[in-house]
Amino acid sequence: MKDSKKYVGVGLALLLLTAMTVTVRRLHLGIALAIFIALLIATFKGSLVASFFMHLLSERKIIHILLLSTLFLFIVMMGLVLVGRLNVYEGLRHVP
Amino acid sequence: MDAIPYTVKAREDTGLYNARLGIWLFLASEVMLFGALFATYVILRLGALHWPLGASLLSIPLGTFNTVVLISSSVTMVFAWVSLKEKNLGKYKMYMGFTIILAVLFIVVKLFLEYIPKFEHHLYPGKSTFWAIYFTLTGLHALHVLGGIGVNTYFWGPGANMWQSEPERFTNRIEIAGLYWHFVDLVWIFLFPILYLL
Repeated sequence: MKDSKKYVGVGLALLLLTAMTVTVRRLHLGIALAIFIALLIATFKGSLVASFFMHLLSERKIIHILLLSTLFLFIVMMGLVLVGRLNVYEGLRHVP
Repeated sequence: MDAIPYTVKAREDTGLYNARLGIWLFLASEVMLFGALFATYVILRLGALHWPLGASLLSIPLGTFNTVVLISSSVTMVFAWVSLKEKNLGKYKMYMGFTIILAVLFIVVKLFLEYIPKFEHHLYPGKSTFWAIYFTLTGLHALHVLGGIGVNTYFWGPGANMWQSEPERFTNRIEIAGLYWHFVDLVWIFLFPILYLL
């Protein structure tokens, strides 16, 4: 019963955050800030899903290690993408 | 020959039953698959002289509606698993049924209200870089939703017979299917703002 209330609460929080994401877009904050806020809300929503629906909070240590390793590899991949851009000549950075 | 080991009982070394470790390994590979596509999106967007605002090309109400549908399906999925923990197969069937209906609704909206009208306006992946990454990301995600519908429908129908003979193992199967389904929801949580709002 206690868990059921928790799951409903998380579901409602996710719906509220979805409404917030759509509302923030209307504020015309500028693209950089809009991307930052949208990704921040999405990350928070994602962590709610992972922590409660996927029970990551009470998961075994081996799973935490596995996911942290994946996160590390993902960060490396994104880092390589951004570093790779620095090696492109200025005139070739943008395509029509 | 012995039955497959550790379907219910946890292994001594991992502390988990095998399928639970297996699904997390699979989901880790899925993070890298979608992660690579997100990285591709970043490269394409940073490298484009002009990038259209998603909101000017896509329907925010439809995207928001589908987000609400997927979040609701995650809630019903977790309740399907809770019902089995409470040893209530009838309630499980109801919640799993809702999960499947919501997943089908997501696909119906995606296909008939988004994809097909766009094709009618000759907006195909080859039209521009934006449409190429839009159809690749949402198409791959939709394939995952279809996979989830298949698995969940099996567990709602014939697969549920296992409840009579091995209830604990069946409960674990639903937990695994749930982990996959929540991941599909999680991916959409990131796709929606990136493609529709920004």
